[in-house]
Amino acid sequence: MLADKDRIFKNLYGLHDWGLKGARARGAWDGTKAILEKGRDGIINEMKASGLRGRGGAGFPTGLKWSFMPKQSDGRPSYLVVNADESEPGTCKDREILRHDPHLLIEGCLIAGFAMGAVAAYIYVRGEFIRERERLQAAIDQAYEAKLIGKNNVNGYDFDIYVHHGAGAYICGEETALLESLEGKKGMPRLKPPFPANVGLYGCPTTVNNVESIAVAPDIMRRGGAWFAGIGRPNNTGTKLFCISGHVNKPCNVEEAMGIPFPELIDRHCGGIRGGWDNLLAIIPGGSSVPLIPASQCGDDLYMDFDTLRNLKSGLGTAAVIVMDKSTDIIRAIARISYFYKHESCGQCTPCREGTGWMWRVISRMAEGRAHKREIDQLLEVTTQVEGHTICALGDAAAWPIQGLIRHFRGEIERRIDQYAANPHSEPVMEAAE
Amino acid sequence: MSVRRLADASVQPKEFSFTPDNLAWAKKQLEKYPEGRQASAVIPLLWRAQEQHGGWVSEAAIHYVADFLGMPHIRVLEVATFYTQFQLQPVGRAAHVQVCGTTPCMLRGSEAIRKVCQERIHREPFHVSADGKFSWEEVECLGACVNAPMVLIVNDTYEDLTPETFEKVLDSFDRGVPLKPGPQIDRQFSAPVGGATTLTDPEIYATSPKGGTPLTDARAKTPGAAANVREAAVPQPPVGDATGKKQ
Repeated sequence: MLADKDRIFKNLYGLHDWGLKGARARGAWDGTKAILEKGRDGIINEMKASGLRGRGGAGFPTGLKWSFMPKQSDGRPSYLVVNADESEPGTCKDREILRHDPHLLIEGCLIAGFAMGAVAAYIYVRGEFIRERERLQAAIDQAYEAKLIGKNNVNGYDFDIYVHHGAGAYICGEETALLESLEGKKGMPRLKPPFPANVGLYGCPTTVNNVESIAVAPDIMRRGGAWFAGIGRPNNTGTKLFCISGHVNKPCNVEEAMGIPFPELIDRHCGGIRGGWDNLLAIIPGGSSVPLIPASQCGDDLYMDFDTLRNLKSGLGTAAVIVMDKSTDIIRAIARISYFYKHESCGQCTPCREGTGWMWRVISRMAEGRAHKREIDQLLEVTTQVEGHTICALGDAAAWPIQGLIRHFRGEIERRIDQYAANPHSEPVMEAAE
Repeated sequence: MSVRRLADASVQPKEFSFTPDNLAWAKKQLEKYPEGRQASAVIPLLWRAQEQHGGWVSEAAIHYVADFLGMPHIRVLEVATFYTQFQLQPVGRAAHVQVCGTTPCMLRGSEAIRKVCQERIHREPFHVSADGKFSWEEVECLGACVNAPMVLIVNDTYEDLTPETFEKVLDSFDRGVPLKPGPQIDRQFSAPVGGATTLTDPEIYATSPKGGTPLTDARAKTPGAAANVREAAVPQPPVGDATGKKQ
């Protein structure tokens, strides 16, 4: 198990002071000036050495992403945008950072902003996190007051940090939709290229990073990339916040090493599966967008990291583990996810706008059994028509859960169709009393 | 996509304008954004307009915000109808309840919470209850999945609910004295029930990773305690020198 001293988020549960004084006592804002003195390349090389992969879901190496920013300004300012629009079902890790360890994020913004030559950072907090953004703003005010950020600050790099918020749209977690929203428009994703590193916020070079990716940066710089790279498994390094929800005895957030075996994660921190391990049906390992994994694959060799889960045709995503026991109506559970994507589609691309609604209607019928067996293949085919044919990944995210369901629980869908065909009444058939 | 339309003309107020406090606040918001990019402030401003106007956004407010920011009315109308946290029709006086219904909450019993809303407030979402105090809707994931099921009421989340505790929360809003937000069971935010399994080592709160009290830039330059002070009769651990010792 990860030792407490190797954990980055020491106030994950809000037991201690979130403010500047408390954060400093836990090691934040310690020698930030010395970190900046390593220079842009020094910081980026250290981040690359740490092997940190973006914590927002895609797992793109963070150091590499920072290095895409122009070294020489062509007259346009550069921006750092922090994606705190945490809306992936199952995910609630950034919320804890925003409300309990905001100074790690603020210090990370300064370091990341310096490393990419940005003039300011915008932190885009989802609209529903009202108390969280108030807390974050209070922490930023403290940092301004202590002259840690802003003009002529003690760290020697002029940098502003602003809090911006959305108003309830999952799609704004997509980086270009977030930029659109930040510019005051509907959150509709942009075509790429041009990538945000060339043309981003207000047409200026921009890098969009997840809250967790930015918040771990100061500790990586202080303790060294080698320390971070020494935790976890090859190519999947460091610590990670896991959110375990659903049918476990004690759902919780916890910071653990990347690549922790799934049974260890559950038994150590969540008090086991509800009703014991034999009662496990399936898990969704990385937020609702990734395909589910059946219990048969949840053994000791299920390492919770990007590469292991990708090989199982799923993904780590945001490390939001949704556990389902055998009491779950798995078809309804996935149908509810389909409804989510239908609700959150921005309506820009036809395959997604029409496809998400179509898939939801069909899978809802299948949840009742009111379908034909040939429709299972038809549904599978439609998911492949949506997947990869949209501007952003929401189309893919809507398709994958259904593909996962059909891959592993086709028998269950067929059984339900048979059941309905045998007794197609909404009410149970009355039996004559003998 | 969800289709969202403005409320019927019969309930729309004729006029809207910010209170002087909100106007000053709105002008301050514009400073966050570069010159000519004041349209960025449209979501925060609409949000404030919603708070000022009893929890919903009227057509007059949309026009007012558009004029304030120098945007065409249609652009602000687009924003107001796109983002689902903007309520486009009147909501309950005491509380508009947003029940999270996405899969993680559904697995932990959000359907029972929704049923309470249906029985107690109104059968249909977005309808104000008979006494005018409450309204409800089912929303998508609110980002507190390890504390499922949960609801968002006005600005606060109520987590780890059961139908019984949810009734108590509603009762408290009915009385006008809301209960304490957060988990409604004995639990420290998102820690496991019964106490955290991590971050239990007191050492990490006494020292920085390198050992010793955290070394800030300023403290690095201040002289340490004199040797004769450190060599006092009571032996001290090496980290606990005279500066910043924790008892």
